[in-house]
Amino acid sequence: MTTQRTSGRAKRTAAAAAVVAALLTTAACGGGDDGGSKNGAAGFDAANNKVAQASEAKKGGTLRFGSVQDADSWDTTRGYYGFMWNFSRYYSRQLVTNKTEAGAAGAEITPDLATGVAKVTDDGKTYTYTLRDGVTWEDGKPITSKDVKYGIERVWAQDVLSGGPTYLKEVLDPKGEYKGPYKDKAKDHLGLKSIKTPDDKTIVFHLPQANSDFEEMLALTSGSPVRQDKDTKSKYGLHPFSSGPYKFASYSPGKDLKLVRNANWKASSDPVRKAYPDAITIKFFSNANDLDQRLINGDLDIDLAQTGMSPQGRTVALKKHKGNLDNPVSGYVRYAVFPQSVKPFDNEHCRKAVIYGADHVSLQTARGGPVAGGDIGTNMLPPSVPGAEGQKYDPYGIAGANKSGNVAKAKEELKACGKPKGFSTTIAVRNNKPVEVATAQSMQAALKKIGVNVQIDQYDGAQTPGIIGSPSNVKKKGYGIIIMGWGPDFPSVQGYGLPLWNSKYILESGNNNYALIKDKKIDGLFTDYVKTLDDAGKTKIATEINHKVMEGAYYLPFTFEKFLNWRSDRVANIYTSNGYSGMYDFVNLGLKSSK
Amino acid sequence: MLAYLIRRLFAAAVMLVVIVMVVFGIFFLVPKWAGVDVATSFVGKQADPAAVEAIREKLGLSDPIFQQVWEFFKGIFVGRTYAAGGDVTHCAAPCFGYSFRSEQAIWPVLTDRFPVTLSLALGAAVLWLVFGVAAGVLSALKRGTLWDRTAMVVALGGVSLPIYFTGLLSLAIFSYGLGLIDAQYVPLEDSFSGWFGGMILPWITLAFLYAAMYARITRATMLEILGEDYIRTARAKGLKEQTVIGKHAMRSTMTPILTMLGMDLGALIGGAILTETTFSLPGLGQAVLNAIKNQDLPVILGVTLITSVAVLIANLLVDILYAVIDPRVRLS
Repeated sequence: MTTQRTSGRAKRTAAAAAVVAALLTTAACGGGDDGGSKNGAAGFDAANNKVAQASEAKKGGTLRFGSVQDADSWDTTRGYYGFMWNFSRYYSRQLVTNKTEAGAAGAEITPDLATGVAKVTDDGKTYTYTLRDGVTWEDGKPITSKDVKYGIERVWAQDVLSGGPTYLKEVLDPKGEYKGPYKDKAKDHLGLKSIKTPDDKTIVFHLPQANSDFEEMLALTSGSPVRQDKDTKSKYGLHPFSSGPYKFASYSPGKDLKLVRNANWKASSDPVRKAYPDAITIKFFSNANDLDQRLINGDLDIDLAQTGMSPQGRTVALKKHKGNLDNPVSGYVRYAVFPQSVKPFDNEHCRKAVIYGADHVSLQTARGGPVAGGDIGTNMLPPSVPGAEGQKYDPYGIAGANKSGNVAKAKEELKACGKPKGFSTTIAVRNNKPVEVATAQSMQAALKKIGVNVQIDQYDGAQTPGIIGSPSNVKKKGYGIIIMGWGPDFPSVQGYGLPLWNSKYILESGNNNYALIKDKKIDGLFTDYVKTLDDAGKTKIATEINHKVMEGAYYLPFTFEKFLNWRSDRVANIYTSNGYSGMYDFVNLGLKSSK
Repeated sequence: MLAYLIRRLFAAAVMLVVIVMVVFGIFFLVPKWAGVDVATSFVGKQADPAAVEAIREKLGLSDPIFQQVWEFFKGIFVGRTYAAGGDVTHCAAPCFGYSFRSEQAIWPVLTDRFPVTLSLALGAAVLWLVFGVAAGVLSALKRGTLWDRTAMVVALGGVSLPIYFTGLLSLAIFSYGLGLIDAQYVPLEDSFSGWFGGMILPWITLAFLYAAMYARITRATMLEILGEDYIRTARAKGLKEQTVIGKHAMRSTMTPILTMLGMDLGALIGGAILTETTFSLPGLGQAVLNAIKNQDLPVILGVTLITSVAVLIANLLVDILYAVIDPRVRLS
């Protein structure tokens, strides 16, 4: 076991970055503006949960994205990055999709290819949709129900198309009987029995068991249609065949991507997409600071990744261009989790001692403070998920009077767990996430006050699924505390917490239930949740699940994460959406001028 | 000479095999010894066992390391076919591997990014050779003067300041601050002026570091050579100072400079990672950095091989150039 210390080189790098940041602050041009104006910036937080400058959007022009990260894949079956799901609506459509509305309404479902939301029958086990007239592929051929079925069947081909969400596979074929379209012996490769396509316009889903979030799963990008004759299998992500208003013109992985108008898309067939710009470009950068400066200088419009500006860029932007910033809640909760396989974290009181002993203000500061880091997290359900209570639910007084640590209570818990003098343990933290390393250091300092000695193990972040995702490895290495973060795939307790808290999701490799929670009550609540069809009932169960998780003291939440995102003066009709974890909803962004 | 070349090429080939095996070992064997399943890092958030198994099959992770190395080398000459789960991908020769992250053969990625890195390395080399060697020679000739001291202080600064500092500083001042230079990479085929404008700051930044080193080496070597007997003889013969310096002293001074140039150019062609990252240049350095972040072994292997080949070729050329510059080498 090794503990990595901050090297001299890292310190020099940090010092150099600080000097350069100071220079950049002075070098940046332009005056500060946090108020709104018609042609300039809309104002600070003007697009946070509300629509800014909607009437200014004109048809035409090129919308310019920049990013330090390419998508995991642009294949609708394989992509899992949040920004990929958001961006993919430019070139892919689903039966239903998220509403193009600001804030919480953006997480609601609205018909897309389908004429309406599902006709649900058979106690929530049958979903029927009818396709709209005039929906077409980029070559003008009609999109049929069979194309939708084939696109969904591709999720089963995990041996070829790995990486994307597999919810549809688990819900439609829990026994794993179907082997995917590439191994399908049927002539039309449409052998999945739980989806029927009686005609080209109708598609019927027969779920073996009801799942009340099924439409949310269909609204994911993995529910997109794919045409068989255009399926290039593992290479589909290099040039997906468009069903949306834009199509791929060019793509060079890690360098750039350009979308142009799909001439065969008909606005009359699409109630969701406005398709304002003529073209959409992405340029990929390797230097986050360079990207931020390009945004500030007006060379680019939006950061594709939507994970907040770099510390240097943030400093300049807050000082000089506050009116171009929004500070939404991201939907992520950042936390420490306690694997019960590592002693003494099998004891609830030892876990509680760590929760009480931590300095929650210091943890928030390590995450970037209240603006760039987020509000102090008091429980495990993100504020954007129905059933969440935000800071109102604070069972350990994390954001209360003792938010800098409750040493007395922590010592009480240590006595109760049989370790009155404290104990030693190891924190596992990704070495490629400096902010997470800072939180580990904060915990190390705070826990020392209660006699808990912590060693920090910075592991290779690129190997996360194989290192902390392997319970046997976690036990072997003695990782009593793991630092992580999680966001919802879709805003529900199932879309967020199922892989984290349900005992069925404890895996030998690629495990996300790091705490190894095996609580029959929690499992039972998830079972109840998927059978409950009314929203009020679902919300109540979500709240209950969160309470059960917190009562078990498996987690120490750090923050309800917030980002500080940039929008250029050129952009209009801009708003953040809970459907995409507080990102700007890309699909209906417009420009104020067509030039 | 031919025998010498053959010997050198054979040694280079052995060296390449060793390098590939070491890289394979670092990325596949070390995690295995640490109990980490590499295949899981290639699948997404919901690690499906079928996906993990398919990755193992595609990458040949279950095969012995020697077989993996053999398959890799075979692919360079005859191409390679990757098959798993009904998906067949053929990578035509020269196949330097296939990235399952970006679903691209490595060779086109390397050839696409190579011109960016080459133009960065060559442009910077011209600058550092001209300015570094000239400054070094002048300092040696004007030893102890204000010029000498100033040049050596600047050189010391150049050697001490890392590229991520000078690069960001030059961007902050000339691009973001004064707006004099755009500093965004534009391919040469799109626009010469755009390309030149995008490359000038990276050239200067990179050349500043190297010019400083070359100036110090040139000065030290020149001073040593100026004290040699044959220089005194040349002067005693009544040769012009220009001839003494230009013809006799410079020839000897250039020998260590060329050695350095061979190594430096070779290494830079493999990717000036810091410079390319700072200026977001889409060259090999940026590709390898992204590959390291994403554990994209085939890209890392490809760039490593290119770097090794470039270093070996550059050194070979330098050895040949020795004979041109220094007749004593030819005699031996």
